[in-house]
Amino acid sequence: MRIRTLEISVGAFMLTGFLALLFLAVQVSGISLERGTGTYTVEARFNDVAGIRPRAKVNMAGVTVGRVTDIRVDSEYAEAILTLEIDSAVRLPTDTGAAIQTEGILGGRYVALLPGVDDDYLAEGDTITYTQSAMVLENLIGDFLINIGGS
Amino acid sequence: MVETLGRSGIVLFWSVWGVPGRKGLPLLIHQIYQVGVLSLAIIVLSALSIGAVLALQFYTQLHRFGAEETVGLGLSLVLLRELGPVVTALLFAGRAGSAVTAEIGLMKATDQLSSMAMMGVDPLRRIVAPRLWAGFISLPLLALIFSMVAIWGGGIVAVDWLGVDRVSFWAVMQEGTDIWEDVGKGMLKCVVFALVVSWIAVFQGYDAMPTAEGISKATTRTVVLSSIMILALDFVLTLVLYGDFN
Repeated sequence: MRIRTLEISVGAFMLTGFLALLFLAVQVSGISLERGTGTYTVEARFNDVAGIRPRAKVNMAGVTVGRVTDIRVDSEYAEAILTLEIDSAVRLPTDTGAAIQTEGILGGRYVALLPGVDDDYLAEGDTITYTQSAMVLENLIGDFLINIGGS
Repeated sequence: MVETLGRSGIVLFWSVWGVPGRKGLPLLIHQIYQVGVLSLAIIVLSALSIGAVLALQFYTQLHRFGAEETVGLGLSLVLLRELGPVVTALLFAGRAGSAVTAEIGLMKATDQLSSMAMMGVDPLRRIVAPRLWAGFISLPLLALIFSMVAIWGGGIVAVDWLGVDRVSFWAVMQEGTDIWEDVGKGMLKCVVFALVVSWIAVFQGYDAMPTAEGISKATTRTVVLSSIMILALDFVLTLVLYGDFN
């Protein structure tokens, strides 16, 4: 009898541990148990992606519709290539533009999508060509100082 | 120094090798009860108080910027990445590690270990292995419970008492917390701490001088050495796991 209560309490302890893991996964990290509708990936070429990190948000009209999954550099054209994973419920016209923007003054960088008007839509593996690079504060200050000096 | 490390390595090797099988299972369950279930009270109480204090501190600072909703995110990141694993491991070393050292040390001092060996029972398999494995299993579970209770306790202070909006408290937390980056890597730390603390505890007991003074010294060494190792390893692990400063 004494052995049984001991085993039950150990079992309850381990169960509580796994429930805690479930709580941390679902309630704290917010992973959803049902599978999403799936995603497709498109690439976007930028002159400068300073401040973008893997898993950065991809927003359209302020709503998160995807994530940055990969950042590479194309050394031939000295351009950065971002791989964007987009929710497949979101369809993007082929003339969609992409810009690197900042959340608030000190916030993280994200990719903003500016949908175009084309009738065709971007498919898996396509490339976004209309892009606007990250605003680098140091460059702006530099330009500003040069302008002041010149006038 | 090198000799001690070598001896402890041999003890670790033969104990890990002696993973409790079917026959050793009751021994293992008994030890999980001793080091895991009986540590629950101190873990839960500490978690509640740490969670509540963190929520208060975060709130008073973030309130100045009008960012009270971020209290939840601050709580979850601090607890999952650092305080959950580290505080649980420190409490575990004090509560359970010292007890294991004292128990094994006293068994050695009263010649129980050597009489076991004389009867053909391997004390490393019978005594040391179940305690090592019990610690290794219990500490990560305790850390999970610690983080859950602390976030929950912080939530009560922030939401029900200080009046942070309940929905945004959880939503901001879920937005900023990642299952691998925060929960996974925190657990990885915990597994390392679990191995180190259990190893130190059983080895100090097994290697203690078989006198009253020897046991007292061994118990002290378990707590001091475990604490130092936890804090030092935490820095190294944080550097390795999160040190991607590019």
